[in-house]
Amino acid sequence: MTEGLRGLVLAHAALAEAMVGAAEEISGVRGALVPLSNRDCDRDTLEARVRAAAGDQPAIVFVDLPNGSCFIAAMRALRSLPSIRVVTGVNLTMLLDFLFHRGLPLDEAAARAGEIGSRAIGGRSGGGGP
Amino acid sequence: MPVVLSRIDDRLIHGQVVIGWGGPLRFTRIALVSDEVAASDWEQDLYRMAVPGGMAIEFASAAEATARLPVWLSAPEPLLILTGDVETMASLVDASEGRIPEVNLGGIHHRPGRTERLRYVYLDEAETRQLQRLEAAGVRVTAQDLPTATPVPLGELLA
Repeated sequence: MTEGLRGLVLAHAALAEAMVGAAEEISGVRGALVPLSNRDCDRDTLEARVRAAAGDQPAIVFVDLPNGSCFIAAMRALRSLPSIRVVTGVNLTMLLDFLFHRGLPLDEAAARAGEIGSRAIGGRSGGGGP
Repeated sequence: MPVVLSRIDDRLIHGQVVIGWGGPLRFTRIALVSDEVAASDWEQDLYRMAVPGGMAIEFASAAEATARLPVWLSAPEPLLILTGDVETMASLVDASEGRIPEVNLGGIHHRPGRTERLRYVYLDEAETRQLQRLEAAGVRVTAQDLPTATPVPLGELLA
């Protein structure tokens, strides 16, 4: 495990595993992101998974949706873990940027993740320039 | 009949419920019956955030729900009754005087003492007896995580 903040990626089905795998493959940074799934568990178990993964170290919990079981579990964990922050709408751009800014203070890293992730969203149309 | 779905789901409000079932059934009201959530303003705020616009949500403990049931059932808007466990749903069915004719097992996950029946349904002996009792009383009990899945009748589930 490399130094700096850790990222827990909490998402439905196999999404977290796929996103973490892609981020590691692109960046070459391994061990800084932990994938968590909501698969086959109730809400208490899911919250326990988040707590166990977070431990007592500072971490950002990247969640797929701003609602739903993953979001609920993350928010319930946040309530009693002052060392984590929750960022919703996780995308690959967000994770990649996080991997190279893990030395930031926790609140600054969370704010940056939301900003970078939002900036990555946009549409393009065919023809003409970029 | 305003009750379009009576669901036992230990994740309570989540995507399968509001999107998977909410889309086809178009319920506009949710009665979330949970002693734990009813006792916590914070948890209620959390679940309100999880509900799409256009859906009203009301929270009640098991005891409160039994008293409010006639009011819920008398309003015409399509209603989802949601509990996190078999016992709570059984108490509502008992109090409904036949106005909750079906129970959907949408998610009862593993805990010690429970036996796997489906990937998303685990039951212990007490829960099994409760569901069998409801079925014997004429309630249709099926396991179905999403409306696109084939419902599994209780008898088949326990076979």
